[in-house]
Amino acid sequence: MKNIILEAQTLNKYFYEPTQFQVLKDVSFKAYQGEFLTLIGKSGSGKSTLLYLLSTMDTDYTGNLWIDKEKVTGLKQDTLAQIRNEKIGFVFQFHYLLPEFSCLKNVMIPALKLGQYSYEEIEQQAYQKLKILDLQDQALKPASKLSGGQQQRVAIARALINHPKIIMGDEPTGNLDSKNTRIVFDIFKQLSVEFGQTIIAVTHDNDFAKASDRIIEMQDGMIIS
Amino acid sequence: MKKSTKVVYNHHINSNIAVTYIISNKKLTLVAALGVTIGIAIFIFMNSMAKGFDKSSAAAIFKTVPHIRIYKDAQISRNLLPENYHNTIPLIINPKIVAQSPNIINPKKIIETLQQQPDVTIVTSEVNTDIFINSGKTQIRGVAMGVDIKQADKMFNISSFVVDGQLNDLEKYPNGIFIGVGLADKMSLKKGDYIQVNSSKGISKSMKILGLFQTNNSNVDKKQTYIHINTARQLLAESNDYVSDIYVNINDYDHPETYAKRFGKLTGYVAEDWKTANATLMAASNMRRIIISFISLSILIVAGFGIYNILNMTIMQKINDIAILKAMGFKGKDVVRIFVQQALLIGILGIIIGLIAATLLISRLQHVYIGGDIGYFPVHYEPTMYIRGIIFGFIVTFLSGYIPAKKAANVDPVAILRK
Ligand SMILES: Nc1ncnc2c1ncn2[C@@H]1O[C@H](COP(=O)(O)OP(=O)(O)O)[C@@H](O)[C@H]1O
Ligand SMILES: [Mg+2]
Repeated sequence: MKNIILEAQTLNKYFYEPTQFQVLKDVSFKAYQGEFLTLIGKSGSGKSTLLYLLSTMDTDYTGNLWIDKEKVTGLKQDTLAQIRNEKIGFVFQFHYLLPEFSCLKNVMIPALKLGQYSYEEIEQQAYQKLKILDLQDQALKPASKLSGGQQQRVAIARALINHPKIIMGDEPTGNLDSKNTRIVFDIFKQLSVEFGQTIIAVTHDNDFAKASDRIIEMQDGMIIS
Repeated sequence: MKKSTKVVYNHHINSNIAVTYIISNKKLTLVAALGVTIGIAIFIFMNSMAKGFDKSSAAAIFKTVPHIRIYKDAQISRNLLPENYHNTIPLIINPKIVAQSPNIINPKKIIETLQQQPDVTIVTSEVNTDIFINSGKTQIRGVAMGVDIKQADKMFNISSFVVDGQLNDLEKYPNGIFIGVGLADKMSLKKGDYIQVNSSKGISKSMKILGLFQTNNSNVDKKQTYIHINTARQLLAESNDYVSDIYVNINDYDHPETYAKRFGKLTGYVAEDWKTANATLMAASNMRRIIISFISLSILIVAGFGIYNILNMTIMQKINDIAILKAMGFKGKDVVRIFVQQALLIGILGIIIGLIAATLLISRLQHVYIGGDIGYFPVHYEPTMYIRGIIFGFIVTFLSGYIPAKKAANVDPVAILRK
């Protein structure tokens, strides 16, 4: 029996601006430890919205959400922040780095916040992650000096630094060429197989989705398959 | 919540981020810090100046006025019966000053008692009386301060403003007198001249000018004279234990009111502190202090607005960073710390330069000669004002950093990251 790492139960969410509109309708599903999940669907079907809910950043919904057997619905913001820091790695749709820090420092920040390892250990690990993503030469450059694709890979390295139970990505390969998409896919695959980390990635790339463990398709705020 | 990880290190990542923001935004930081610098420098300088003015005017006052003066007040005659006493018809009389000698009874005992009071530094008795001074055909009204020379010199430091002659000579020559330079000028007198002194009791004495003094207070220099206390008694035809005033100096001259009250009760006479005796001067000084506090605080607050603005700007620029940090697990209070630390670092920089600037300002102006009663510009390094400046500086920078930081802490990461 596989471990459930994330469970969503009848999630509903409305937007009230400009008019009332139900963006998520009774969304329920489970994600298992070590599973590589992809989330597909037409633009506007609610994939990003769902991902923000699952990441605990958006708390304005009804229904229930469990992460790592803990019910996170209704928890305080500070507690949720701690859970994100420890258990969730997030890759945004548009690369989001702190432009004034070096790539290495960007990768290190979540680990420095967590404080589980010494500075030297964290530096070592961050360098390791950058190396996996073929960015070791860029490590000390300021993040703002990198190309879009490079920045997105740095963001992926950052999502991995705390060895999170779940890695979520909103079109994490949207900005990458096929070679780099391949690298990212292989990394996700390896993380899920070797380290039992769960991947939940929104994608428009059909090949990417097909190669994953399971596809969840959304349409008009509902899971259709 | 299950603790699955052990947190062992504190990498001070919030401070780290704050410092990085400051370093990568040197220009803005410097502009904000400069605002604080000017605010602090002016705050310290103006308040030190106010204190300097107070000190110099107090010093001028203390050349002739004791911290506390004890004397017998003239009494107004009163009805013998209290009003409405057993419904009797009240007797109407003209209130008038009762003819009574203004001397203090048993002054030795009172002086001894006062000397034993805590915080009392000097006690001296005086016999003061109005006099007429005649020289040739001119006659001028003056005041004779009959002093116990040693004690009075200790209290007022008279020797320091004697410009000609030796104050101690008053001990040797019972008919000697010291007059102010103003009076000497007016009557064309100099040391060694003789003048005729007439008292209100009709007693006349020929006195020798032993020397001149100059307080720079023209009123005093034109009117006041110093004579031996026994000579003053003779002018009033009084006995050798006659005392009209007892003067008391205390350690904490800035707060004489409570002492005056206590000494009044203790002696049964009127005890008037120097602040009450110089109410107009004190009112002017209070006014000055209020205005200066108001202006200098306003300047500091304006500096605070500078920090507030610049921090608000930084936060607008960094709204993406804030959203990312929150997404990665930074709490609201972490965000507050990042920006408050940024404000405080700007504040510390501004305060340090401000302290240096204030010190330079004071050291420069100390050597500017103004002349008149004042002499050199009366401003000194006032540690209390430096401390106050630092405290207010920190309060202002903290608040002007905290308000925008609190706003930053409430940024909704989803709203930002969606765009
Ligand atoms: N802040 C918002 N206010 C109102 N409507 C929104 C907001 N964010 C997204 N939407 C709408 O919600 C729907 C789902 O959006 P989204 O989750 O971004 O879809 P996807 O990621 O699948 O393209 C869209 O119709 C979008 O216009
Ligand atoms: Mg989307």
